[in-house]
Amino acid sequence: MTSSEIFSIITFIYGLATIFYVVAWIFKARPAGKLAAIITIVAALGNLAGIILRWVESYQMGIGHAPLSNLFESLIFFAMTIAMIHLFIEFRYKLRFVGVAASPISFLVMAYASLPKVVAYTPLPKINDAIQPLIPALQSNWLIAHVMTCFIGYAAFAIAFGISLMFLVKDSADRQSPGIVSRIPDSDTLDDLTHQMVMLGFLFLSVGIITGAVWANQAWGRYWGWDPKETWSLITWLIYASLLHARLMRGWQGKKIAVLSCIGFLAVIFTYFGVNLLPGLHSYQ
Amino acid sequence: MTESSSANTLPRQLWNFFASVKLSVVILLSLAITSIIGTVIPQNENPMLYRQKFGDVLFNIFHTLNIFDMYHSWWFRFLLCLLTVNIIVCSINRLSATWKIIFPQKPSYNIKRFKTSKHRREWTAAGTPENVKTLYAPLLARRFSRLIEEKTDTGFRLFAEKGRWTRLGVYAVHLSVLFMVAGGLMGSIFGFDGYVNLPEGESTNRVILQKNGSEITLDFDIRCDDFTISFYDADNSGMPKEYRSRLSLIREGDILVQKDILVNDPLRFRGINIFQSSYGKIPSTETIPVNKFTVTITEQASGLIYNKAATIGSPVEMPGNSGTLVVVDFSHTFSYHGVDLSNVFLCQLTNKDGDPEHFIIPADKPRFDVMRNGDFIISITNVDFNDIKIESKFYTVLQVTKDPGVPIVYAGFLMMIIGCYVTFFMFHQKICVEITKNETGTIVTAAGISEKNRPGMNAVIHNLSRELQKHD
Repeated sequence: MTSSEIFSIITFIYGLATIFYVVAWIFKARPAGKLAAIITIVAALGNLAGIILRWVESYQMGIGHAPLSNLFESLIFFAMTIAMIHLFIEFRYKLRFVGVAASPISFLVMAYASLPKVVAYTPLPKINDAIQPLIPALQSNWLIAHVMTCFIGYAAFAIAFGISLMFLVKDSADRQSPGIVSRIPDSDTLDDLTHQMVMLGFLFLSVGIITGAVWANQAWGRYWGWDPKETWSLITWLIYASLLHARLMRGWQGKKIAVLSCIGFLAVIFTYFGVNLLPGLHSYQ
Repeated sequence: MTESSSANTLPRQLWNFFASVKLSVVILLSLAITSIIGTVIPQNENPMLYRQKFGDVLFNIFHTLNIFDMYHSWWFRFLLCLLTVNIIVCSINRLSATWKIIFPQKPSYNIKRFKTSKHRREWTAAGTPENVKTLYAPLLARRFSRLIEEKTDTGFRLFAEKGRWTRLGVYAVHLSVLFMVAGGLMGSIFGFDGYVNLPEGESTNRVILQKNGSEITLDFDIRCDDFTISFYDADNSGMPKEYRSRLSLIREGDILVQKDILVNDPLRFRGINIFQSSYGKIPSTETIPVNKFTVTITEQASGLIYNKAATIGSPVEMPGNSGTLVVVDFSHTFSYHGVDLSNVFLCQLTNKDGDPEHFIIPADKPRFDVMRNGDFIISITNVDFNDIKIESKFYTVLQVTKDPGVPIVYAGFLMMIIGCYVTFFMFHQKICVEITKNETGTIVTAAGISEKNRPGMNAVIHNLSRELQKHD
């Protein structure tokens, strides 16, 4: 089996996990929820196996490098990181509902990576799933540290976004329709978890930007050059910094924080995809 | 002076203005929003391009606002200045209070705060309060950095805490931003960023500055001994694999240092950094690309045709002593009124009065010269190309920088990471374990408080109560 085949199967498994999480949530079915968690574990492990296999395959081709060098490879890693952080929260804090917020994101990210023909009809950047050799600018040990930390940060922000969306849904529909919405956990839990995820994301985004700066100083002769990707990562950082200050020092909570967390994630998305549409040093495809 | 009047003096008002976190949030968001502009409008391009793109009116507005180099504009720098002052004032404002908490004269505990904490667990323990206390105290002493015992009417109270110093984490984060700003400022004042184009085998000590095109002179020469480029094979995309420049730094004939530099492996020498940035090819001009050829001259009036062998630079007598033709030069490509011609000869025809006329003749195009409307139509055929392979030389493009601010910025980086970790994932934990005797037995209550009501405190109390109960 090749890594590409594994990734296709994993996409399907993430989709399955999403369905089970939603079913468990709508019908209050505990066994379905347990099953969903087990399926996610299988998907995340398979995802990891696929990444390792792709790494091995690159060495077999004689162009060995960590599979973190282009859009396709970053998506695969992104999906896995989201799944792993989600599983960690689910088991550590005994909060099953996180799956409803997180697993659809893992699924969508994997679907984006494994359906290049569909992507071609969208304005999203094109996908190339071939294992490519590293161009000179990427031949550095900083590649692994920089890409991994950035994407752990993005993954934490993605989960914060999912939880914030749930908060906003609950907040806007609280009184009129009890039913499914009432099964969203209480606002304090959602708010706390959003904050936790934003802090985790902020730490890793900071490390990601810093490793990127150190790397840029080695390859391009400057640690900061206002390249669009650099600037957008800073914009993202500034938005989340505002969120943390508003919350800790101004006592913002609930809806305002949820909205800021959603805006922050939009900036993450733009840093990730949108910048490929702008000219700059980071536009590796 | 009463408090209200002191609060109204201008310095006090200014201080309070800068001490506000509301201001911080406003500045952070303003920086975020304005930064978008520079990613949408490409920065530092040719003013002509901007004028073409935006029209005169918009161009003038943007130009006045420095939009085309916005990250170095006065207003962006002003925002950064505001942020710096804001951070300094906020930190000074709070540090003295924090300092008193971290290094208290006499640590004290307010039992009321524990009583109202929502992070609490309660259980019944076996044995007298005295027994339970002697059992729990060493455990708490191990887990926490400070332990205070107190006797109450009905039993004992154990206060414990740790992590007072973690309250400094947030100051480290803010100081790190100041370090980065200071380091950046230092780099822009005392550093430079330039480039050199260096053909293989040549050397220079002149660096052209990126920002204004002016030159600075280094106190050593950079010589490029060799430049090589390698590619991945066609199966693997055929993309560039490596750019390598072999450099020697030379002063007064002495080689100071020699190194092959790659894209991710620069040469650093006494504060000067040399990076592999780009490269180019110089076509060689040393060998003449053609040996000999035939010049065909057709007299317009009579239709007579003359064929003559010729070489570059040698004169050809025109029929009837009407002048001399010299084929001056040859070029593989030539752009003629927007049309790309190949294998073109540059000719000079001097008439008997000594007036020269310059024109071109492409090889193997017999009718080309008709349009010159001269007395003769000239064409060139049978070109004997020089077979010697022309080795074109490479030139390497090096980026040369000096930035004495880097160590300060890197210190800021380190402080930022450590500070963020401490601020987000460690906190000052205070707990109170109350052991009381009632009718049924010994009741234990464990409660915890933390600054800013951290959700992590609940987990701390949860784990602690479990551990203590295990020892019953």
